[in-house]
Amino acid sequence: MQDLGIQVLFQGSNFTRLLQGLFVSLRISLIAMIFSICLGILFGVIMTSKHPVVRAVCRFYLEVVRIMPQLVLLFLVYFGVAKHFGINLSGEVAGIIVFTFWGTAEMGDLVRSALIAIPVHQYESGYALGMTKQQVFVHIVIPQTIRRLLPSAVNLLTRMIKTTSLVVLIGVVEVVKVGKQIIDANRYTTPSSAIWVYGMIFLLYFMICFPFSKIAGILERRLKD
Amino acid sequence: MVMKKKLMGGILAITMAMGVLAGCGASSTTNDSGTKAKIRTLDEIKEDGTIKIGVFSDKNPFGYIDSNGEIQGYDVYFAKRIGKDLLGSEDAVEFVYVEAASRVEYLQSGKVDVILANFTVTDERKEQVDFALPYMKVALGIISPDNASITDVSQLKDKKVIVVKGTTAETYFSEKHPELTLVKYDEYQEASDALLDGRGDVFATDNTEALAWSQKNEGFSTSIESIGDIDTIAPAVHKGNTELLDWLNEEIKGLAKEQFFHKDFEETLLPVYGETIDPESLVVEGGAV
Repeated sequence: MQDLGIQVLFQGSNFTRLLQGLFVSLRISLIAMIFSICLGILFGVIMTSKHPVVRAVCRFYLEVVRIMPQLVLLFLVYFGVAKHFGINLSGEVAGIIVFTFWGTAEMGDLVRSALIAIPVHQYESGYALGMTKQQVFVHIVIPQTIRRLLPSAVNLLTRMIKTTSLVVLIGVVEVVKVGKQIIDANRYTTPSSAIWVYGMIFLLYFMICFPFSKIAGILERRLKD
Repeated sequence: MVMKKKLMGGILAITMAMGVLAGCGASSTTNDSGTKAKIRTLDEIKEDGTIKIGVFSDKNPFGYIDSNGEIQGYDVYFAKRIGKDLLGSEDAVEFVYVEAASRVEYLQSGKVDVILANFTVTDERKEQVDFALPYMKVALGIISPDNASITDVSQLKDKKVIVVKGTTAETYFSEKHPELTLVKYDEYQEASDALLDGRGDVFATDNTEALAWSQKNEGFSTSIESIGDIDTIAPAVHKGNTELLDWLNEEIKGLAKEQFFHKDFEETLLPVYGETIDPESLVVEGGAV
């Protein structure tokens, strides 16, 4: 019995703790995603601006986010802010800030490409019907953009859920960290538990991310019709 | 493990360098180290009624979470005692789960008051944090099969020594005994499998690991329990937090009377390392190595 690693999963409160960890991962990524969508739409609209300075600033922000590893951003926000500004953020808040910072840039770029993908004649037809600029946006552009955006936004969300595992490095106990704790607590008594614990984490991530990818796929197909 | 630490350390260093640049503009209430981190003094901790202690949550048997979700281990046992003696209750300790690579940062940014996460005293670290008196010591240990036991380094000539890359064992043998043949592996698991398969004659690693491993694997024992430089493990506080440091030193000295760390050893380490090990090779009482 000693080598049956799977039993480790159901010892004491281990399984509940894994689920709580998963909930922490989900909470961080969903909150960050909500902020990212709101700010990203705004950022995307700004990115389509023709003003060279505005464009340069947007470009700079996007490049910084893409070049800088998220881990560096996490350390900066978690330790750097406490050290240099005396503001003690919890790991989870720091995580949400960093993932929002990242998500906003990515989301903004998606919004920008969705916006420019809308043919000029759509705008012009609107104006020809006597609509104001605002009306054109609300009734013509935004509905089409949202349809184009949904699949890629869902993809961004699944990427974000998976990337949250980085927050273990700033002390947030999420699903992967709980897994490591369980494996380590049993490493002398049940050395084979690692494969089971990681297997279970894989399943949990799959159960969360698969439905999202599936939805993204369905939306993508519908869009083609 | 250690290699990963190096990479993480690098990333941290870059991050902090950027933070320093960013912090240059800020002034006003800077503390001793020139940053604005909120470092709590002994009085402030007493006033608050909780002490934040950084421990590992995945380093059995020093700091780990048991199957009921409770934090346990050698370091934790001591942390709880600190809570009891300083603030009157074991529950006054707020445990912060730290990662090996960022232990210094947790202190420097004031996220914890004390680090009790199996923190080895090194000269490099002494420049960044203040260490209290040690409460444990480690050295290297050598595991060999019982039928070809190696009890002295001189017997290692012409033998294959298994080490894990980037560990103190690798550094020690390549610097002090360059004449020996080292067989290097990336992972701890690979290295221990190599010893089982006979791909090497002995396995050199931290003596705590060695003792725990040979305890679990029949036919092998830690035939050399302590070689190489003896490293000590001590609590650490933010640099310049003298009151807290003094209190910790007094506490450690005071606990020697009741042989507290021997009791700690029996509660937390003995079940893992087994009866064969002499507590004196790990435990330090009253800070006297």
